[in-house]
Amino acid sequence: MAIINRETTFLGYRRENGRVGVRNHVIVLPLDDLSNAAAEAVAHNIKGALAIPHPYGRLQFGADLELHFRTLIGTGCNPNVAAVVVIGIEDGWTKKVVDGIAATGKPVCGFGIEGHGDHDTIMRASKAAREYVQWASEKQREACGIAELWVSTKCGESDTTSGCGANPTVGNAFDKLHPLGSYLCFGETTELTGGEQIVAARCASDAVREKFMFMFNRYQEVINRHKTSDLSDSQPTKGNIAGGLTTIEEKALGNIQKIGKKCTVDGVIDKAEMPTHPGLWFMDSSSAAAEMVTLCAASGYAVHFFPTGQGNVIGNPILPVIKICANPRTVRLMSEHVDVDTSGLLQRELTLDQAGDKLLECMLRTANGRLTAAEALGHREFVLTRLFESA
Amino acid sequence: MIHFVLHDARDTVAVVVVEGIKSGAQLTGWMMDDDRMISLQARQDIPIGHKIALSDMQPGDTVVKYGIDMGKVVAPIAAGEHAHVHNIKTKRW
Repeated sequence: MAIINRETTFLGYRRENGRVGVRNHVIVLPLDDLSNAAAEAVAHNIKGALAIPHPYGRLQFGADLELHFRTLIGTGCNPNVAAVVVIGIEDGWTKKVVDGIAATGKPVCGFGIEGHGDHDTIMRASKAAREYVQWASEKQREACGIAELWVSTKCGESDTTSGCGANPTVGNAFDKLHPLGSYLCFGETTELTGGEQIVAARCASDAVREKFMFMFNRYQEVINRHKTSDLSDSQPTKGNIAGGLTTIEEKALGNIQKIGKKCTVDGVIDKAEMPTHPGLWFMDSSSAAAEMVTLCAASGYAVHFFPTGQGNVIGNPILPVIKICANPRTVRLMSEHVDVDTSGLLQRELTLDQAGDKLLECMLRTANGRLTAAEALGHREFVLTRLFESA
Repeated sequence: MIHFVLHDARDTVAVVVVEGIKSGAQLTGWMMDDDRMISLQARQDIPIGHKIALSDMQPGDTVVKYGIDMGKVVAPIAAGEHAHVHNIKTKRW
């Protein structure tokens, strides 16, 4: 009996636009670095409001600015967010973020600091945040179909056990979710290097394959343009190498285990874009953990599978990050970070099918409200991807 | 106890999955794709997660894992030795 089927439900928050979230955050979202202080002051005043500070948003332009807006708006639109207070240094770009989020129908308002100062802005924004928090606190979870849960994945501080144990566990879960009409996502463009032909062969159509190879080659050009070595110590990372991974090809072949054995790659999106139909999506993205997970949240994903070998501790402010680990040493030394222990796979004590079910069971419990290790530990890494220098 | 695992019968390296493997130890390995066991003697100490060579390899040889090319040999490696950044490099970048 499969642990999930088309009848499986979870308890989620249905938002105004029909999307389903598994958390009920009221966020205070700064447009730019200058607005972090006010945003954090509002979140300090209003219990239950969550500030999401970050270091960017000034003098960006072109595609880099578009990505900034797409990421902030996408974060506000994510169904794990009930309502949003936006604070920016000036009104114009603040309104652009507010309008983008308002398209979902959820409560959102914005405040510009210039002409008011921090005190007045914090007071007005706190009043709005207080109303939102009390309003959101009355939202009730309801039974939602399994296909309404959007699931993303990215691995980090990988080692060789990731490719043998933790990543195939995600792949097994994806193979079970994919036929049910789920929205799934993977990315990490440079970390497919050496295995890109495997992904290309899994693409559902020539059009998808061409778009994937375009994204892959575009990122290779970035590496070639800026590299000063063969990227030893950066990709694989020092932690990867300490864990036994030797080359980018080996890391990539392990990474690709996350897309399972049966899933087709059904679509390709650019960073922080929203998928338009069910299936497994490739998102062009950095392989840096917090950047990639932040982009998944901005694309609308509600739960994240994060396999680790050496023990990456990442979380996200709005996206529950479920850690899967198959390295018995890491499970022993860093147990507080591990949600799903699949180390039994390497001793043949656990089958891949059982490991996948174990992860899916944890996914459902997380969706129903159980806090992940990263949430309980307060990990809220929010890292915006930059494409080039500010003007 | 399983001391190391490999994915594919074509693999020339395998992953040590227990702590404290010492030179000279007789090891049991699990070939995951075929679900069968093989044995090998360690010729060096190998940390958990690190790779053990399954065959003798010379500089220029391709290293195979998951049944696929994972890089090139840059220093001679004997079966049972530690296979890592000191004797294997990427073919990319």
